[in-house]
Amino acid sequence: MKFGHHIFERNVIILAVAILITVSIGGLVQLVPLYTMEQTIEQVEGMRPYSPLELAGRNIYVREGCYACHSQQIRPFRDEIERYGHYSLAAESLYDHPFQWGSKRTGPDLARVGGKYSNDWHVAHFVDPRGIVPETIMPAYPFFATKALRFHNIADHLRSLRVVGVPYTDEQIDNAVRDLRAQATGAGDVEGLLARYPKAVVGSFDGDPSRITELDAVIAYLQMLGTLVDFTVYEPERDFR
Amino acid sequence: MSAVSATAAAVEGPPAYNEDVIKKFTLATVFWGVVGFLVGVYIALQLAYPQLNLGLEWFTFGRLRPVHTSAVIFAFGGNALIATSLYCVQRTCRASLWGGPAFANFVFWGYQAFIVMAAAGYVLGITQGKEYAEPEWYVDLWLTIVWVSYLVIFVGTLMRRREPHIYVANWFFLAFIVTIAMLHLVNNAAVPVSLAGTKSYIVWSGVQDAMTQWWYGHNAVGFFLTAGFLGIMYYFIPKQAERPIYSYRLSIVHFWTLIFLYIWAGPHHLHYTALPEWAQTLGMVFSIMLWMPSWGGMINGIMTLSGAWDKLRTDPVLRFMVASVAFYGMATFEGPMMSIRAVNSLSHYTDWTIGHVHSGALGWVAFISFGAVYYLVPRLWQQPRLYSVRLVNWHFWISTLGIILYITAMWISGIMQGLMWRAYDSLGFLQYSFIETVAAMHPYYVIRALGGVLFFAGSLIMVYNLWRTIRGDLRTEAAVQTPVRVAAAPAE
Amino acid sequence: MDWQYILEIARSLWVVWLIILFLGIVFWAYRPKNKNRFEEHGRIPFKDDAEK
Repeated sequence: MKFGHHIFERNVIILAVAILITVSIGGLVQLVPLYTMEQTIEQVEGMRPYSPLELAGRNIYVREGCYACHSQQIRPFRDEIERYGHYSLAAESLYDHPFQWGSKRTGPDLARVGGKYSNDWHVAHFVDPRGIVPETIMPAYPFFATKALRFHNIADHLRSLRVVGVPYTDEQIDNAVRDLRAQATGAGDVEGLLARYPKAVVGSFDGDPSRITELDAVIAYLQMLGTLVDFTVYEPERDFR
Repeated sequence: MSAVSATAAAVEGPPAYNEDVIKKFTLATVFWGVVGFLVGVYIALQLAYPQLNLGLEWFTFGRLRPVHTSAVIFAFGGNALIATSLYCVQRTCRASLWGGPAFANFVFWGYQAFIVMAAAGYVLGITQGKEYAEPEWYVDLWLTIVWVSYLVIFVGTLMRRREPHIYVANWFFLAFIVTIAMLHLVNNAAVPVSLAGTKSYIVWSGVQDAMTQWWYGHNAVGFFLTAGFLGIMYYFIPKQAERPIYSYRLSIVHFWTLIFLYIWAGPHHLHYTALPEWAQTLGMVFSIMLWMPSWGGMINGIMTLSGAWDKLRTDPVLRFMVASVAFYGMATFEGPMMSIRAVNSLSHYTDWTIGHVHSGALGWVAFISFGAVYYLVPRLWQQPRLYSVRLVNWHFWISTLGIILYITAMWISGIMQGLMWRAYDSLGFLQYSFIETVAAMHPYYVIRALGGVLFFAGSLIMVYNLWRTIRGDLRTEAAVQTPVRVAAAPAE
Repeated sequence: MDWQYILEIARSLWVVWLIILFLGIVFWAYRPKNKNRFEEHGRIPFKDDAEK
């Protein structure tokens, strides 16, 4: 009797282990190969880590939960390619910690919103969306324009990202604060910034070069989305029509 | 019983169940349910009337949406699961909770602290930006401690059981607890920017993060919202119907096939994305196969009433439970269908997904929880019955009407928007600008909010009924006899 | 590379593994020998009432 009881006691553990094995199989088969297979992410020219200002803007995008309504993943359908641009490549979110592909389009996809609207449009749209697009249901973000961007520790952010695999160089980390200022104001070592972060859009995004606001960062992020990879060599029409 | 050790029985005597902590978890379930539904109604109204975002950072849809999802899934659903699992494991093991009242109380207060920390963080803009895994690293660490304690109590109680066999409901609860721990740890792996700050960066990136996230996200559905609540079904439906589960053997097949298949289904959230196609195909195939164990479980739950269908007319608590299983059957039919790539190309990114989630969340998760709470409250507070069974009936019908409004509005708006996005005019141009498709959603968003209001109103009826029950009041009323037969299946 | 090779083989046979596993569980659950035992287990939730 006592012996039997022992076996039953162990059964709980056996059951738990059996459950763990059963539920591990699917995850192992699907997750592990994504990290080991070389064809998971295609090789493309032009991808680079986010500049400090873009990263700060991306963190605001994450903070505000923009992914709840905006996807960043264009599917290879004719209508999506015409509406948003070339379908998204895995390489384009290579440095995204976390990914922001989203799952719902209450608003439009933003994967290639960069360069589609002027900075002034974004400023007016964030402050009063319905003043620009009467039917929109997007919340207003007037506080972006008034809040000063906190970036004193932006180098620490770059350093953390390097720990998780983003190839920031020592030079990029050392210049993080300077690069952020240069990109948001157009003053300072812009040449160095562009050397470290090719194609970075420079300027006073919120129209006021005297201060760096959250609005500067968010717009800098939006203006670079989907612009890094050169798609002139691709012909999506031939593949998907 | 014959197998119970004679010495053990002599020493322990009849077990003193720890019901105090179950009471707390039950009250927390009701409280967070009401909060979660209310926030849901508010953000639904924001989509219909965007001025309700108020132009203030703490009230925007983007910040309140995770408050809603976390409140209903982890606060309402989580407290319901812990309450019912700790109740069920004590009763089916005929043993009190391992670790004593203090340890159980730690899990209770620890879990509530997790909820408050997470929700306060979202409102202040502290989030990881991963759906259903928004809490930042310090909240994740705290939850890990609480969750492991919960696992220890659950397993410890199973180990001191006086029943040789572990009842199947406990298998589901155990799978839920173990798997959620695994998912939580992997998906939330992150590096904090500073130990004094809230911000962290997720270890995974891009396509790998997407796969990890939906492996987590879909199995939060599969193990939190399904396996755990199936545990409730396997214990509380037999108890309320006063008859054993229809087929215990089916429940064993149900269990192993469900937990094996579910874990593969995540990639169906990533159809036509940059995720490699082999992974998408695996996700689709397993999602379709998942339809079988899901319906096996549904049949098992509903057929438990075979030979006692009349109880559905007289017992609205049982009706909540059985209707929930019917909704489960509906949602688990719709889900595999939506995982088919061709269907998904239309449904993905639209409100159809939102409607699907809510047919499961409101119909299945909330209804079986309501049923369990209505079962538990009179027993825990030692009342002869609920204050009013007729109010349960009102709650049932108002909520059901709310769900129907909700999911039909979302079906129409979702399919309509999906079709509008891909519509071409006769000249070969896209027919609608994006904003035109947004404007077309407005009436459905109003109807959806109305459905939410009804569901919320139903929950207030429940609060009143439970409050009077706990006070010890008994309403003198005629027995419930609904004119309409709920069960579509013929009586035997 | 070895990992890739093992994966290829395992993946090509997954239908077989699944079916064997599934049939094993079904066989175990529906074996006539186990019938009475399982029916007894189904009554576990009612045992705490009997003790009161």
